[in-house]
Amino acid sequence: MNQAIAVPTYNDEVVRKFVIAASFWGIVGFSVGILIAFQLAYPVLNLDLEWTSFGRLRPVHTSAVVFAFGGNILIGSSLYIVQRTSRVTLFGGPTLANMVFWGYQIFIVMAALGYVLGVTQSKEYAEPEWYADIWLTVIWVMYLVVFAGTLVTRKESHIYVANWFFLAFIITVAMLHIVNNVALPVSWMGAKSYIAWAGVRDAMTQWWYGHNAVGFFLTAGFLGMMYYFIPKQANRPVYSYRLSVIHFWAITFLYVWAGPHHLHYTALPDWAQTLGMTFSIMLWMPSWGGMINGIMTLSGAWDKLRTDPVLRFLVTSVGFYGMSTFEGPLMAIKVVNSLSHYTDWTIGHVHSAALGWNALVSFGALYFLVPKLWNRERLYSLRLANLHFWFATMGIVLYITSMWISGIMQGLMWRTYDALGFLQYSFIETVEAMHPYYVIRATGGVLFLIGALIMVYNLWMTAHGKTRDEEPIALAPSASSAGN
Amino acid sequence: MDITTISEMARSSWVVWLILLFAFIIFWALRPKNKKRFEEDAKMIFKDDENGGMGHGGN
Repeated sequence: MNQAIAVPTYNDEVVRKFVIAASFWGIVGFSVGILIAFQLAYPVLNLDLEWTSFGRLRPVHTSAVVFAFGGNILIGSSLYIVQRTSRVTLFGGPTLANMVFWGYQIFIVMAALGYVLGVTQSKEYAEPEWYADIWLTVIWVMYLVVFAGTLVTRKESHIYVANWFFLAFIITVAMLHIVNNVALPVSWMGAKSYIAWAGVRDAMTQWWYGHNAVGFFLTAGFLGMMYYFIPKQANRPVYSYRLSVIHFWAITFLYVWAGPHHLHYTALPDWAQTLGMTFSIMLWMPSWGGMINGIMTLSGAWDKLRTDPVLRFLVTSVGFYGMSTFEGPLMAIKVVNSLSHYTDWTIGHVHSAALGWNALVSFGALYFLVPKLWNRERLYSLRLANLHFWFATMGIVLYITSMWISGIMQGLMWRTYDALGFLQYSFIETVEAMHPYYVIRATGGVLFLIGALIMVYNLWMTAHGKTRDEEPIALAPSASSAGN
Repeated sequence: MDITTISEMARSSWVVWLILLFAFIIFWALRPKNKKRFEEDAKMIFKDDENGGMGHGGN
């Protein structure tokens, strides 16, 4: 396995930028999340200002964590991986790659400024108005050119599976973004526009977009990271490459049909709801395919989990991937949805996926990338990475359990009738009942942020070439495993 | 039966075509003849290794 292969010069400069941007936006996004979590528990924190009200800050949080933190680590790691698996530098040279980087950051700032000032087209996860949408389309096409161009000029005959997932992510997100944002501006110089689709068609288009943003941004893209970073960090090939092929095509064929489960018991035709539900349940297939493949890659090397916190981040993330993609189809079943929809259960589900899967795999990727990108032998401190792991995990557990309890309670209170057939609880009574869980949730968020700050410190010191003088983690406790 | 009718029939049964395509992909992935090839593909990420390459690692 060690044939000497000439290593071409890769463009790591732009990947470094994406890594820094991801760390920065991560902290911003988590912080705003904590602020709005406390706003729900203590409304006084809205400050009675329109710019800091929950309604305006909520999209700042979602866009910052999904598109700014997630997007930067996705684009950055995809550009890192595609160069190494194609054994060529990025297509289009440093200029095009830098345009993608800066263009994307400008989009983020443009979108966030709009939200705070009240500019929104009121589509969840697609709030930016037409001018920002057009800007993003141009940047995204440049990204596609860089990525696909690198694949076309590759020096390897095979296209490694991670790139398939990244390519599906780039192409599908382009399609979703364009179709969901077909809008007519009201005036030449104004921000306001109206969407071309009307009524229930607009709702369906929006959730076709919304669910596939989950499917192809937060799932396919991050699976690309999983299929590269887990084998690399564990130093063994993926458990089953054939399963990865089936996993990829199962996601690609099935995911686009699941959107209607966001519109159960609405004006959407019943057959479309049932179709969405059925395809959602079929998504258990790729869900288990991916989970088995990621976790079983460690088969025969489980001891590494004890000594390598970076690998623990990556593998735990796959565990959360399996859990949340099991829960998702369950919640798409109509009767379950009638209890869970519009309650905090949905928020708990989303965060078990976003914090447990997307963020943990991103942290693992950052810990993997920074020593390599800055040519350091190892991380500043594995013990700090370990500490981060436990802060993050405790935070997630507090977050998702409180939201499950709160959500199911909320759903049950909404549907409780008294002996005369009247609703037992007023809306405000459900809000009061949820208060303690909101506080627990926000506390979980604080733990998660502390963990992320520890990571940023660790990465900062690593990039500066420092190593912490510390005991190694959990040296083999028994003689039998000592020789490994 | 003219070409329009055939094309309409083919288009209306797109679910069948997609299922057949997916079935073919599963067949292709699981075919014993392709086993070795996929195992080689899985190892390609270690060829250039900056951190020592497979076999130099922890175990």
